[in-house]
Amino acid sequence: MEPVIASNNLSVTLNGKTVLEKISFAVRAGEMVGIIGPNGAGKTTLLRAILGLIPLNCGTLKVLGMPPRRLKTVRDRIGYMPQRQLFERRFPLSVSDVVAMGLLTPATMLHRVAGVQERVAVALQSVGMEQYGSRPFQDLSGGEQQRILLARSIVRKPALLLLDEPNTGLDFPAQQRFLDLLRRLQLELKLTVLLVSHDLVSVTSVADSLICINRIMHVHGCAGEVLQSPGLEAAYRCQFDLLNTAARMEGDRK
Amino acid sequence: MLAYGFMQRALLAAILVGVLCSALSFFVVLKRLSFLGAGISHAALGGIAIGLVSGVNPVLTGSVFAVTAAMTTGYISKLGKVSEDTVIGIFYAFGMALGIALIGTFQGYYPELFSLLFGNILAVSKQDLQLMAVVIGLILLILVLFFKELLAVCFDEEMVLAGGLPVSVLYMGLLAAIGLTVMISVQLVGVVLVAALIVIPGATGQRLCTNYRGMMLISLATGLLGCTGGLVFSYYYPVPPGAAIVLIMTGLYTLSLAARPLITRRRVEIRGET
Repeated sequence: MEPVIASNNLSVTLNGKTVLEKISFAVRAGEMVGIIGPNGAGKTTLLRAILGLIPLNCGTLKVLGMPPRRLKTVRDRIGYMPQRQLFERRFPLSVSDVVAMGLLTPATMLHRVAGVQERVAVALQSVGMEQYGSRPFQDLSGGEQQRILLARSIVRKPALLLLDEPNTGLDFPAQQRFLDLLRRLQLELKLTVLLVSHDLVSVTSVADSLICINRIMHVHGCAGEVLQSPGLEAAYRCQFDLLNTAARMEGDRK
Repeated sequence: MLAYGFMQRALLAAILVGVLCSALSFFVVLKRLSFLGAGISHAALGGIAIGLVSGVNPVLTGSVFAVTAAMTTGYISKLGKVSEDTVIGIFYAFGMALGIALIGTFQGYYPELFSLLFGNILAVSKQDLQLMAVVIGLILLILVLFFKELLAVCFDEEMVLAGGLPVSVLYMGLLAAIGLTVMISVQLVGVVLVAALIVIPGATGQRLCTNYRGMMLISLATGLLGCTGGLVFSYYYPVPPGAAIVLIMTGLYTLSLAARPLITRRRVEIRGET
């Protein structure tokens, strides 16, 4: 069976600087993969390359069987949750308005989107926020807003879901609740998930496998293997106790 | 008051510009482009001066200059090497300097200059009004047709981009609309005050509403009340219409600051009861 994402020697250069170099990995259907690495490692760039938003310098990439130039044919099947701080928090939208924005595609330009209310209601129900449809988005807590943005990213019923630092700005219990919800949705909707995070502990608790990058790919494997690997310290360029802590937590979970 | 033809034309112009500025102000505030509006309006002086010294209609040259400045600002800032406020700051000063240099070098009699700097709504001719109606109609039509996409771009550009929508085209279109609106509004309140028209209506709406429909309605009410109220006020009192329009709009925004806590308290009460 063809992988959902297949990257072979992928390299990306931005403003003359090589941000990603010779990244090779494959993500199978139904897998939840965590992309980890220090700040500036190229994690978001990798997501944007997968979304076809930035060109590859060399190497090949296939997403849902399509190369970047033909990605528009499968864009409907890709859900995306960008980093939260990128948008204005006091924007005057209701929760339903925010989720409905996930239905916008080139095909809906100059057209009315079909079945908006029903599809928004289903997405809100999936994240347990069906009572919040008419509430102002700006009135919600950070954790609640993240659940709404997750609903927006799955409203088109995607096969592949990409999340960029979804836990940023959330306290630990809210992070756990969000990741539990993500895991449940992944199983229910049979999603393939790519989760970018700089937080080793939280990713380790949900991901089936981890990809650790810092310009190049340092290590790729199941969470336990990656956390024990010397490649992790090489990627973070430091020794730190967090690795052990995370590894212990992984062991406890298993 | 409406017995005079010039007052009838001025009132129609005030209504048209009030509606246009309110609609555009909605996006300017949500996309945080207020400084761009101020920058473009002042940069337009360069284009106006080119028209004045060359004998071409200064509104036309100013429009071309304002649209070019707005789109260039957007393009350079999208490249990511220079921040948007830096580009705007440079265009702001460059346009003003170019205008002052041209008018100073080619010294002559420019009766329209004072009107374009401080506005003269009472001088709007029938032809001006017709051209204004066509351009405003086109801008409003584009805003209506692409409303949901523009709203999404203002909220979360990255998500819209990932959805495959032509974000750059939408954003550049919005910037071009801001440039044109600035020049249309210059005839009412002048280069110096025009930024207020594309910022205050949307800012007032945002203060009072938590949904975009309400924000748009309040923005529209503020724009129309400000433009028509300022005109009427200046008819009865010796205050220039441009200044009166901006002062009334500022008064409405101040009222919204006072009303916000009351509205917030009421919303909390309603939620508590339900």
